[in-house]
Amino acid sequence: MVVDKKIAEQNIWQILETVCDPEVPVLSILDLGIVRDVKIDNSPSTQDAVQGDGGIEIVITPTYTGCPAMDMITMDIKMRLLENGYKKIKVTSVLSPAWTTDWMSEAGKQKLKAYGIAPPYTRSDDTGDLVIECPQCKSTNTKLISQFGSTACKALYQCNDCKEPFDYFKCH
Amino acid sequence: MENKLIDYILSLADTTLILAQRNAEWCGHGPILEQDIAITNISLDLIGQSRNFYQYAANLIGGDATEDSLAYLRKEREFKNLLLVEQPNGDWGQTILRQYLFSQFQYLLFEKLEHSKDEQLAAITAKALKEIKYHVRWSSEWVIRLGDGTAESKTRMLKAIEELWKYTGEMFVPGEYEKEIDVTVLKDEWLQKVKIIFDEATLPLPENVFMQTGGKEGVHTEHLGYILTELQYMQRAYPNSTW
Repeated sequence: MVVDKKIAEQNIWQILETVCDPEVPVLSILDLGIVRDVKIDNSPSTQDAVQGDGGIEIVITPTYTGCPAMDMITMDIKMRLLENGYKKIKVTSVLSPAWTTDWMSEAGKQKLKAYGIAPPYTRSDDTGDLVIECPQCKSTNTKLISQFGSTACKALYQCNDCKEPFDYFKCH
Repeated sequence: MENKLIDYILSLADTTLILAQRNAEWCGHGPILEQDIAITNISLDLIGQSRNFYQYAANLIGGDATEDSLAYLRKEREFKNLLLVEQPNGDWGQTILRQYLFSQFQYLLFEKLEHSKDEQLAAITAKALKEIKYHVRWSSEWVIRLGDGTAESKTRMLKAIEELWKYTGEMFVPGEYEKEIDVTVLKDEWLQKVKIIFDEATLPLPENVFMQTGGKEGVHTEHLGYILTELQYMQRAYPNSTW
């Protein structure tokens, strides 16, 4: 039973890896650290869980309080699990502890960079002046255009060398 | 006790919702694109905060109450928001000053509330604080830029202070349901912080201004009714409509 539950859990985490952030489609919700827990009720066997008898609960946390992507992410999680044969799915949102960019995976940061968004460089408690590297030409000669970018989680920068504007995923 | 908590949560929800609605009026009208995006991003943060508060209040009220019914179906006299946040946008300077005066207060208040014994209140405010930090930084930079800017921008900031200062006293007068935090003790720290920014902006800190109150008890300036008319139009005209 215990082993079965573990396998079911692993299976669910693998499925969640395929759910992407609608605003930053190169990142999965696991890269972002949005998924906090996967709970399987009543310790069903893998079989039961897949058939939806046991019921599963996915616990997520919003990145920003007003992030409009959260409703869509909740829907995407349900849809993806339904496609994979799970039926009783509950997605719960928790606020505490508050999400931080420290939870973003290293792989996620690399994916962001390759996508053209500068990843959060420092840990969220670091308040020093930031040197943000241009994701296009790697120059560190960049300037802040606006603390608020195309989405709540990003700031707008410009590279002084290649002149390209780019998004920076803010430390949070 | 429970009712007092509900009223308090609603007052926090109403204040954030109304300021969000005011800021959203700038959408597509900001002075430049980046700042249009900034003010609407702040609006979005505030809507998120108000949703969390309304959801929590709806939970405490129980029955048919939802975040939507609380936001869309309550009357003007039931709204407990601060008078400051319902004031018209005016020019960019007035909007900026209103944001700064409020964000600076909200930061100090939420710093206390994140340690509340009420777990949900603590969770909502701890999360919001991270966003408010940006609001304070952004709006204070603008106050400095405009105050210490051109003769024209300074004149406008002085006018904004004259318009808005009289609504700041209310923040530190507790409503009868406001038991969580003693807001009177926040006043000195708030004034100190504002003075630092005003000094840098070469703006005078007003003295001996008669302070307007009433918002916390549902007695508003004439502006709130117009805001709610627009905000609640859809649900009033087409009850229970959904997207």
